[in-house]
Amino acid sequence: MEYVVLLKQVPDLAEDLAIDGDGTGIDREWLSFVASEWDEYALEEALHLRDATGGSVTCLALGVESGDVSELLATCLARGADRVGKVGSFEHGPDSHAAAAAFAEALRGIPHDLVLTGVQAIDDLDGQVGPLVATRLDLPHVSVVTHIAVADGGGAVTVHQEYAGGVVGEFEVMLPAVLGVQTSREAPRYAPVSRVRQLMKTATIEALDGGGGGGGGGSGSGLVIESMAVPTVGRAAEMITGNPAAIADRIAAILAERGIGSGAAR
Amino acid sequence: MSAEILVLVEHRDGAVLDTTHELLGRARTLAAASGGEAVAVLLGSGAAGLAAGLGAARAIVVDDPGLESFSPSAYQAALVPLVRERQPVIVLISNSGPGMDVAAGLSAALDLPLAAYATDVTMDAQGPLVSSQLYAGKIEAKVRFSGGRGIVTVIAGSFSGDSTAAGGSPAVEVVGAAATDERIRFVGLIRPAAGDVDITRESVLVSVGRGIGEQDNLELVEALAAALGGAVSSSRPIADLGWLPRTRQVGKSGLKVKPKAYLALGISGAPEHLEGMRGAELIIAVNSDPRAPIFSVAHYGAVADLLDVVPALTARLGG
Repeated sequence: MEYVVLLKQVPDLAEDLAIDGDGTGIDREWLSFVASEWDEYALEEALHLRDATGGSVTCLALGVESGDVSELLATCLARGADRVGKVGSFEHGPDSHAAAAAFAEALRGIPHDLVLTGVQAIDDLDGQVGPLVATRLDLPHVSVVTHIAVADGGGAVTVHQEYAGGVVGEFEVMLPAVLGVQTSREAPRYAPVSRVRQLMKTATIEALDGGGGGGGGGSGSGLVIESMAVPTVGRAAEMITGNPAAIADRIAAILAERGIGSGAAR
Repeated sequence: MSAEILVLVEHRDGAVLDTTHELLGRARTLAAASGGEAVAVLLGSGAAGLAAGLGAARAIVVDDPGLESFSPSAYQAALVPLVRERQPVIVLISNSGPGMDVAAGLSAALDLPLAAYATDVTMDAQGPLVSSQLYAGKIEAKVRFSGGRGIVTVIAGSFSGDSTAAGGSPAVEVVGAAATDERIRFVGLIRPAAGDVDITRESVLVSVGRGIGEQDNLELVEALAAALGGAVSSSRPIADLGWLPRTRQVGKSGLKVKPKAYLALGISGAPEHLEGMRGAELIIAVNSDPRAPIFSVAHYGAVADLLDVVPALTARLGG
């Protein structure tokens, strides 16, 4: 079984985001980047599946100059991927339609039975990459997948799609197919930093053609961003200040006013 | 282009989901503004009976044995020709698993723009205007479609859902599926085992997120919940870690709750979580990040470490 994982980097939300001078994008000057959380779940699932069925895991990431794609791909190798490739060349992270076009182009030249990617990303304003790639390649796709098992002697997978209230739908999907992974059976494995650093020096990262879509800021999504803004956080909340004891006092008083917790422990 | 506002009907177990009624309500408002019609599109097998209760001017029922249950490939195959033919100005789809499959699939197949994670859709002289949440709710974007029409996936709870009183049943048109695709076969629904506690019936919920840090710290939160006569619930990461059962999870993939009081402790407030709890009567949030989106839906907020505040609060309550 040939597994391919599609990954990208996104801004690290541990830092505050600001809006750029145009008011239509985020200010990229001081951004740091991390792997998109859901893509890491997709990789973890791919590694488990490969270990069960044999075959190989190929990780593809978009070749974006503003991030650190080599580190991302070296981390994939350190976790156990067999091969890695950088797709296309982008000045900044492209929108989902451009990303999907580049991934689809690269996948045309790579054997793939099961393509796994994160169900969503924090910046995919124009839709999720998984179904966009799948439709371009005329492959079936399932989003919000929480369980994957290979079935039918490798000709299909059984997957769970998650709904509200803990209900899941079970589907049998003919391969090749694309899955948008919501979570992995285990937390993404740890990759020692020293190993990642070493691999960044020694590993082979193949450069793959992303078609014509790698030309920079151009958008194929057909969306026009009129404005972006940081929502005024706390506009609804009345903020309680003071030390933890003072905060606890105030919360207890707010609850007591409504007859909650005023010595009424059940 | 037609002035139609198309709404994809989501149904499961023979019932139309609340989110569909929310979309239909907004579709009628948009149709009134644009001089068009709200059109519900219902895919199923022998499911035409569900169409009568839809708050739309018109309902198109695509009837095919292959549409008995949701399948991403079957839905996409049936919808692509329908949307291509009708040329609606807006297609409204819920931001659910099936919604994500269908919306992005339609966008790629029809080269029609898609605005995801919408919390608002309006119509003015320049056409549709969509507000979307990005970066886990930390950024709000306002977007338009370059060709004046497109697809919108809407976060549940963005619009009010009282649309069944829409004044009369829709005109129902039953058609066959123009195409089928059986590469994805529905096997069945799996329901979770009943939980120890039904968080949708609790009047006080003490809810924890990543800010709890370690599993052992749950004891502190359980003590607080006991002192308040309530129960402990959580955001998704805590359920994913297996620290609490899935039946305690609040949010898009968990349960929707409306308690008298909801304490959000160490929960940043991603849109998926807010969807499940914004209807609570009283929301008090404690989070160490002053810019956490939870503070935009909370009634009271405190920037602090929950591990400092919780024991102090439990002590105040005599727990």
